[in-house]
Amino acid sequence: MLSKRIIVCLDVRDRKTTKGIRFQGNVDIGDPVSMGERYYHEGVDELVFYDITASAEGRPIDIEMVKEVARRIFIPFSVGGGIRSLEDMRRVLLAGAEKVSVNSLAVRNPQIISEGARVFGNQCIVLGMDALGVEKSSSIPSGYEVVVKGGRERTGLDALAWAQRAEELGAGEICVNSIDADGTKEGYELTITSRIGEALGIPVIASGGAGTPEHLRQVLSEGKADAALIASMVHYGEYSIAQIKKYLAESGLRIRL
Amino acid sequence: MLKTVAIIDYDAGNLTSVACAIRHLGREPVVTQDPAEVRAAERVIFPGVGAAGAAMENLRQLQLDRAIEDVFESGKPVLGICVGYQVILEHSEEDQGTDCLGILKGKVKRFRFAPGVVRKIPHMGWNEVRFENHHPVFQDLPEGSQFYFVHSYYPLPKDAAVVQGTAVDGGVQLAAAMANRNLPAVQFLPEKSGQPGLRILENFLTWKP
Repeated sequence: MLSKRIIVCLDVRDRKTTKGIRFQGNVDIGDPVSMGERYYHEGVDELVFYDITASAEGRPIDIEMVKEVARRIFIPFSVGGGIRSLEDMRRVLLAGAEKVSVNSLAVRNPQIISEGARVFGNQCIVLGMDALGVEKSSSIPSGYEVVVKGGRERTGLDALAWAQRAEELGAGEICVNSIDADGTKEGYELTITSRIGEALGIPVIASGGAGTPEHLRQVLSEGKADAALIASMVHYGEYSIAQIKKYLAESGLRIRL
Repeated sequence: MLKTVAIIDYDAGNLTSVACAIRHLGREPVVTQDPAEVRAAERVIFPGVGAAGAAMENLRQLQLDRAIEDVFESGKPVLGICVGYQVILEHSEEDQGTDCLGILKGKVKRFRFAPGVVRKIPHMGWNEVRFENHHPVFQDLPEGSQFYFVHSYYPLPKDAAVVQGTAVDGGVQLAAAMANRNLPAVQFLPEKSGQPGLRILENFLTWKP
């Protein structure tokens, strides 16, 4: 049986790891490659490097950083932010990343998912999605709307319907980030995560809101997620990867120790 | 030339991480599409991610199919990884059925689970491999070691005696690691499996079959 995965997300800006709350007030906290390497040695299952300003500034992804990660870290890692085309995907994958994550690009051009999956394989394509809790309506029946640009722009897409569409298009995995929970440390958003987890035949990664190991246990069991994304709770040394994994293993989840 | 580690490049997925792992272990690999370079190498890594149909097509077109058979016959160490393991078998169910190299008897099957068993495909993530024998390439691995898998089809060698390690998902037991003479092979990605994965690669780099 597969283990539940713990994934550390490193938001990168100008080659520095940064962290904000609800995408605002970011502060720099270290070198992303060194931080990733530390988490690798501590036993994290996977890493995500997310270039948070590449998209907004129209910059390509920092390929040198991706290569550096591949030279030093021997677990899967994905790269997101700033992917604008198949060619960008190719460069990132050839530099050594296992997967690429597309978010707003896929909203604008859903075919990028199917094209990417056809050329590189489904397992390479992760759909990242920011979901915002809204009033249920006929166009947003799940009560969660897909938003882009860090939550500043609504898309009119229903989060559950968009996840299902992405699976049909060939996404290998979906990362559901709750805009409401992001950076709050009050726990993952379980409602939309579990609905997507139950509806899809591909793995679901829960993101946004992790503050304690118990939050991870909740989302990996009740929340039906296959993997949990964390950031602040390990970036500031509050918890170690080993501590979190020990807690999850003791609570009965299958974990790689 | 005799001392090279060749990584076979047949446009089947990403070889960068395999090359990075070999460099990390202190050897400079040659990533090559040239059958002559493959034949001349001291040892050969045959990796690959992707579909069996395209993999076989590319191997034939580049005339690497013959080179791999020759290297196997010559007795030099060859390591199959993922699709590089699957296509050494006789046949794969992938792509409406694909005839493969047939270096090892057996076939490659699609994951099928018993009714009521809910499992996601691809089988993607970390799973435990239980090693049964003490093959030199699969030595010094801590009990309970997990490895990173990404695949929708799994290898089923005909001769159970070649199986070195097994993994289980949703009631399906798969031959995650095998060894046939000078040819060990793994379904998981050792280059993405942290310390135990690097251990296997390191064992392979010094192994004398």
